[in-house]
Amino acid sequence: MTITEVGSARRRKEDARLITGRTTWTENVTLPGMLHLAILRSPMAHARITSIDVSPALETKGVVAAFSGRDVADVQGALPCAWPVTADMVHPDRPPIAVDEVKFMGEAVAVVAARSRAAALDAIAAIEVDYEPLPAVLDMEAAIADGADLVHADKGTNKGYTWVFDSAEAGTGGDAAAALDGAEVVIKRRYVQQRLIPAFMEPRSVVVDPTGDAYSIWSATQIPHILRFLISVVTGTPEHKVRVIAPDVGGGFGGKLQVTPEELIAFVAAKRLGRPVKYTESRSESLVSAHHGRDVIQDLELAARRDGTVTGLRVKLLANMGAYMGLVGPGVPILGAFMYNAIYKFPAYRFECSGIFTNTTITDAYRGAGRPEATYAIERLMDELAAELGLDPMDVRRRNWIKAEEFPFTTVCGLQYDSGDYDKATDRAMELLGYDELRAEQQRRREAQDPVQLGIGISTYTEMCGLAPSRVLGSLRYGAGGWETASVRMLPTGKVEVVTGTSPHGQGHETAWSQIVADQLGVAFDDVEVLHGDTRTSYKGLDTYGSRSLAVGGIALYNACQKVLDKAKPIAAHMLECDPADLEFTGGQFRVRGNPDGGKSMADCALAVFAAHDLPDGIEPTLDADAVYDPVNFSFPHGTHLCATEVDTETGRVTIRKYVAVDDIGKVINPLIVEGQVHGGIAQGVAQALFEEAVYDADGNLMTGTLVDYTLPTAADLPSFVTDRTESPAPDHPLGTKGVGEAGTIASTPAVVNAIVDALRPMGVNDIAMPCTPERVWRAVQGGAA
Amino acid sequence: MIPPSFDYAAPTTVDEAVSTLRDAGEDAKVIAGGQSLLPLLRMRFAAPSTLVDLGGVAELRGVREDGDAIVIGAMVTHADVLRDPLVNAHLPLLAQATSTVADRQVRHRGTFAGSLAHADPAGDLPAVALVLGASMEIAGPGGRRVVPASEFFVDYLESVVAPDEVLVAVRVPKQGAWQGRYEKFNRVAQGWALVGVAALVKRENGTVTAARVGLTNMGSTPLRATAAEEALAGAGDAEAIGAAAARAAEGTRPSDDMLASADYRRHLAGVLTKRAVASLV
Repeated sequence: MTITEVGSARRRKEDARLITGRTTWTENVTLPGMLHLAILRSPMAHARITSIDVSPALETKGVVAAFSGRDVADVQGALPCAWPVTADMVHPDRPPIAVDEVKFMGEAVAVVAARSRAAALDAIAAIEVDYEPLPAVLDMEAAIADGADLVHADKGTNKGYTWVFDSAEAGTGGDAAAALDGAEVVIKRRYVQQRLIPAFMEPRSVVVDPTGDAYSIWSATQIPHILRFLISVVTGTPEHKVRVIAPDVGGGFGGKLQVTPEELIAFVAAKRLGRPVKYTESRSESLVSAHHGRDVIQDLELAARRDGTVTGLRVKLLANMGAYMGLVGPGVPILGAFMYNAIYKFPAYRFECSGIFTNTTITDAYRGAGRPEATYAIERLMDELAAELGLDPMDVRRRNWIKAEEFPFTTVCGLQYDSGDYDKATDRAMELLGYDELRAEQQRRREAQDPVQLGIGISTYTEMCGLAPSRVLGSLRYGAGGWETASVRMLPTGKVEVVTGTSPHGQGHETAWSQIVADQLGVAFDDVEVLHGDTRTSYKGLDTYGSRSLAVGGIALYNACQKVLDKAKPIAAHMLECDPADLEFTGGQFRVRGNPDGGKSMADCALAVFAAHDLPDGIEPTLDADAVYDPVNFSFPHGTHLCATEVDTETGRVTIRKYVAVDDIGKVINPLIVEGQVHGGIAQGVAQALFEEAVYDADGNLMTGTLVDYTLPTAADLPSFVTDRTESPAPDHPLGTKGVGEAGTIASTPAVVNAIVDALRPMGVNDIAMPCTPERVWRAVQGGAA
Repeated sequence: MIPPSFDYAAPTTVDEAVSTLRDAGEDAKVIAGGQSLLPLLRMRFAAPSTLVDLGGVAELRGVREDGDAIVIGAMVTHADVLRDPLVNAHLPLLAQATSTVADRQVRHRGTFAGSLAHADPAGDLPAVALVLGASMEIAGPGGRRVVPASEFFVDYLESVVAPDEVLVAVRVPKQGAWQGRYEKFNRVAQGWALVGVAALVKRENGTVTAARVGLTNMGSTPLRATAAEEALAGAGDAEAIGAAAARAAEGTRPSDDMLASADYRRHLAGVLTKRAVASLV
């Protein structure tokens, strides 16, 4: 094998069609006789539906049908939750269309099917609904107080579950309570991970085509395979009669890791009407009804010695589930549970999380899913510990982190970190930032009482990628496995089709997978076509989320390529009239070892197999191969992000002056794609630190229902990022890769907030709630200075 | 989303536009660049029966010089303003403030006059028109009238332009000896101003001799910060400018909402005024 493609900054082969839009998005699927759906949504957070009359909608020209939740109560099924994190988790049935009660603003209450989208939208305005308001449960602490109003009256509680990990009980470490009791220093803080909205670029869209007793479903989803399985289970439709297609999908960030009410509504409508239907949400509908992320209150206690050595951590979370349990929503904080110890080797840890119901949109996976929250908590605490002890925050980290020679390292959570070198990444980041010079400038500005103060924020993070070993998922009560698949098909002309079970929605799998196959099989990059997202061609897979596609699916692909090579070798040997054992595969050719001439390429073998005129006796005439890979461990990328912010103390405006990211994600297949992931990830993490928050008013109305109010930053709001990498190959991956989809988001939020607090600490500021808006920063300056 | 259905008229003269509006009744709306109206239509917050598109009215295009003033037609876009030599030569404050409006796409379609007629107090240009002493030429069934900017803005999203009238042109006196600066403060680059300050000053030997300060988003209409203006006259150093600027919010009633509290807006008005004026002396 000769490596020429892997490691090269190939421009993405899918970009021309994605950027120009000249491709198939679900929204531009049009079928004969197709009807368009519009959904009437609840304007109230919590109310009883006392009456609903859809008949006025039927009078609108072009309307074919209208129905409410009551009309389809017996057939619409309930939305699935795949992660009941405890045996006693409260899991209220969630109807796709509300039947008797609405439990959050934006919940579907009625549906219209019409010949045009405009007619459907006109008609929903005519539907008459009477609501009897019920108390809206919004505050998590109030929700679990005695006598609280209930989201689900029949459940008798707003607490969905409590999940605990204790290193003493698990036998993976000491007793956190004891560590805290005997601690020389305890840092006790409450941090709030505000509610965020994934705000993917392409709104969600679904088309359902009923033909005979079978259903084809196009959906802007991250999870076509999981969707097929669950649609089948939820609707009672035999799995082989359900085909799901995720065509090109414009972003997800976890926000399309969901089985949605809209998908089931479209299914029910298509089945009822016997015609294809399409539903595409507006941006406003997307913001209020697609799942949200984060929304966690973290109570944290860190125990340490006066020299800065951390001796234990206790974490207690309240995680807002919204009105119902999402597909994997209950498990999101649990994914973070194993990351609060981060890159540090402290000996005792306890984690407790309660999932709370409120009358809000459900929360679920959002880029990083649990790990950004954990990383934020520990990285903020390390800064607070350093400040408490008067030590440099980097020195405190160095004192506690795992050293390069200690890998593989088993953590206080029982995870085995595979590889890494935290010193190396940090040294490089500090050099790129000009850490010492900026500290000197910071001192000058402090002494001069400059209205613009300077702060330096540190985030030395790790994360777990490559979701996930199936046994581990099983032990956490997750409903599926974590394997991934790949198929490699050799076409007679030597071209290659690859089928992957991953489901890219912007990640560039077509390019990266082609690079891997080109090297492994000695074919040209352009001769590889990567197929995905259609359960008819890719019948098996577990889709794309959790930085798993390359880390798990990449191994399946590598293994499938090896099988193809194994099949080709005896055929090449037969053509070369030699013993297979004498062959080597190099430069895209099987050659007799030591003889550079007269080799046979994969194309030669593929044509020989196609003709099948002269093959070795008893050989199966195919080179095609499938592989399924179940990871043996997670992978653990890491890195050091440093952020220098200027804080205008007169206005509270925070400006990022320099941002340095040195990431170690193992070996890199395509550095350009990696850069893109890092840049986008940082932007999303910075957005949490500075810009974004989903806000509900006291009645449970979403106040940030448009992008005017939900202040999503753009490139104009962000600096140019300085990026670099160190390389600790993943020992469990034949290509050495780890995963990079979430790193930037996980790392950047604490780096930014640490920088702001660092700038203002002399004024008595030790925390600012996220997002650190100019007003909040200004108020902190006022309060701190007073 | 898709707007509710409406009739569409494309007049080619101002008279035709006015008569179309008169015939269509109160539910008709004028559309120029559409950057304010289209989002309202798409979100179904507005449902006009008829849209009267000014895009085909030749008279409304172009920027011309008229003695001591520059006259900007109703269909002149922000992008046109930004690259217009007359505007750049005689109204540098307008050019600079226009460069802060929304983003390139919006500036390419949205019009200067449209942003005034829309009368959103969070819009950047109403306060600029106010301090520049602009006047608006309005055509209606009874003929044409001219209204000074100080009388043009009535309330939140309401100007003196009646439903059957069309804002035809904006006449803006040349800045002459006035130097100007627009300071905008927003949460994200594409966002509306939390507060904006349009400052014009005349100075002599480093001392401010006269000042005009216009405020964006400090009430239901654009406002003049008259107390600060008076206090700025005669201000000779940074300290005096700061003290005068701190009075910028006097008499204002800014909104108190999710994006910013009224207190914070008042504070910002002072800081931005100080910075705008300080940048000019």
